[in-house]
Amino acid sequence: MKANPKNVLTGAHYLDGDHACSEGALAAGCNFVAGYPITPSTEVVERMTERFPTIGGIFIQMEDELASMAAVVGAAWSGAKAMTVTSGPGFSLMMENIGLAAMMEAPCVIINVQRGGPSTGLPTLPGQADMMQVRWGSHGDYEIIALSPNSPQECFEFTIKAFNLSEKYRVPTFVMSDECVGHMTEKVIIPPADQIELEPRRYTTLSPAEYLPFKPEKDLVPQIIKAGDGYKIHITGLTHDEKGYPVMNWQTQEKLVRRLVDKIRLNQDKIVEFEEENTGDAEVILLSYGISSRVAIPAIQKARKEGIKVGVLRLIVVWPFPEKRIYQLAKKIKAFVVPEMNYGQIVLEVERSAKGQAEVYLVPHGGGWVHDPEDIYKAIKEAVR
Amino acid sequence: MTEIRISGFGGQGVIRMGYIIGKAASIYDNKFATLTQSFGPEARGSSCSAQVVVSEDQVLYPYITIPNILVAMSQEGYSRFESNLSEDGMLLIDEDLVKPNPPRGRIKIYSIPSARISEELGNKIIANIVMFGFFTVITGLITEEAARKAVANSVPQRLMDLNLKAFERGYKYGKEFLAKQEKSVNV
Repeated sequence: MKANPKNVLTGAHYLDGDHACSEGALAAGCNFVAGYPITPSTEVVERMTERFPTIGGIFIQMEDELASMAAVVGAAWSGAKAMTVTSGPGFSLMMENIGLAAMMEAPCVIINVQRGGPSTGLPTLPGQADMMQVRWGSHGDYEIIALSPNSPQECFEFTIKAFNLSEKYRVPTFVMSDECVGHMTEKVIIPPADQIELEPRRYTTLSPAEYLPFKPEKDLVPQIIKAGDGYKIHITGLTHDEKGYPVMNWQTQEKLVRRLVDKIRLNQDKIVEFEEENTGDAEVILLSYGISSRVAIPAIQKARKEGIKVGVLRLIVVWPFPEKRIYQLAKKIKAFVVPEMNYGQIVLEVERSAKGQAEVYLVPHGGGWVHDPEDIYKAIKEAVR
Repeated sequence: MTEIRISGFGGQGVIRMGYIIGKAASIYDNKFATLTQSFGPEARGSSCSAQVVVSEDQVLYPYITIPNILVAMSQEGYSRFESNLSEDGMLLIDEDLVKPNPPRGRIKIYSIPSARISEELGNKIIANIVMFGFFTVITGLITEEAARKAVANSVPQRLMDLNLKAFERGYKYGKEFLAKQEKSVNV
């Protein structure tokens, strides 16, 4: 399915990352946004409110982030391509209903323009410290998908990817941007609509009499309907059977929650996405994501000039995590160097995936600014010593 | 790679000028340009600044470190950021609003009464575009054609003529400024 030309602002634009996310969402067919605007993500919804009246779409400024996320789940089940946008404390407030989205298998996108935390922290400055929260923040067992852009161009592209993945796996999908990328303005090329591939919603072909809202297909993802089409359905946050009715026992829990987890885990080879460069003969691999993967490049270039063999593994999809590839690479190299704007989150996953086969060096940064490439360079030197 | 900082008061079009520089360089001159700006309480009413990195190659580190060009449209913007300007940098000032100290190192000062010119044109909100015209000539960083296109495509339709006029005045002033300088060197 191709994008609708009326939604796509084809051409070369000078856009900040937040506005590029908005254009990505519109190109993906987003027609519903509920949010409680918060710095540094506000520009995303500002642009949606400017663009929606001309192309069709609804923005609701909700009373808070709990309601915003709840509205997104409701909108998704009524047939909308729904999104919310937040940052910092707003992300924490969304957690309960992110679990609801996971449990109800509502296809939806959440953009988090990360700022420094904890609490209100640094509203106008960047951070990458929500990377574990996005994976584990709501209670209970579930899986999500998260991507991390490092430029306005990627904000556009990854938002479209996020919508597609959320439709395909019926799972809340996150664009983990940050203040630096969100407020950075660069050239963004928006292709013609017929070059933008969209994943259609998995509407059922079954009649109301045959349809079961939580009966999975082969890939473990069930077909969906939209409210108002004559299908009498029941959906709930309680543990439910294939009909969607609550059943309070361990057998139903096992069947449902295992499937919610497995629909991502067993499909992870299809979901995982990363960029790999010069890993063939690398002695050290710089593993990073988002803005940190970009400011690391000058450090990599400097180390290479000195003859150090530095490979790059840049995560495009951060969750699910590319553990298999990391283990393969770990067996061939001396060390991974992991710069991230927190005091050690994704680095823990790298350690877990490397299974002791390679050293893992964290280059931490508390947020509020990006890494000094010099610090990353020093860590690379240290890693090959 | 060229690093630029534009500083002034909120409301002077400081950020807009950074946006137009970046747009001219990246969209119309096909270079790479990354704009960042200071956010927060300092952006409301008092001093604010925009930073642009212009490069032939992809910009990796998005922030400026030691700017090569400082455009100061207020005294506060000058005093706050002058010390960070490269020792062989260019300092562009509004001569009515900024009284600079004798230049440091090999820094060259280029001055224009951009606010006064914009008032002559009937609207002081276009002082930034007068300054941008001047900037285009003095720095040679972007082509004249790209600069004009960037102005035309970054302002509301109803104000386009006024903005293009402002650009012309700044551009012309810059040409005259350089001619005068050359003359004094020749003498």
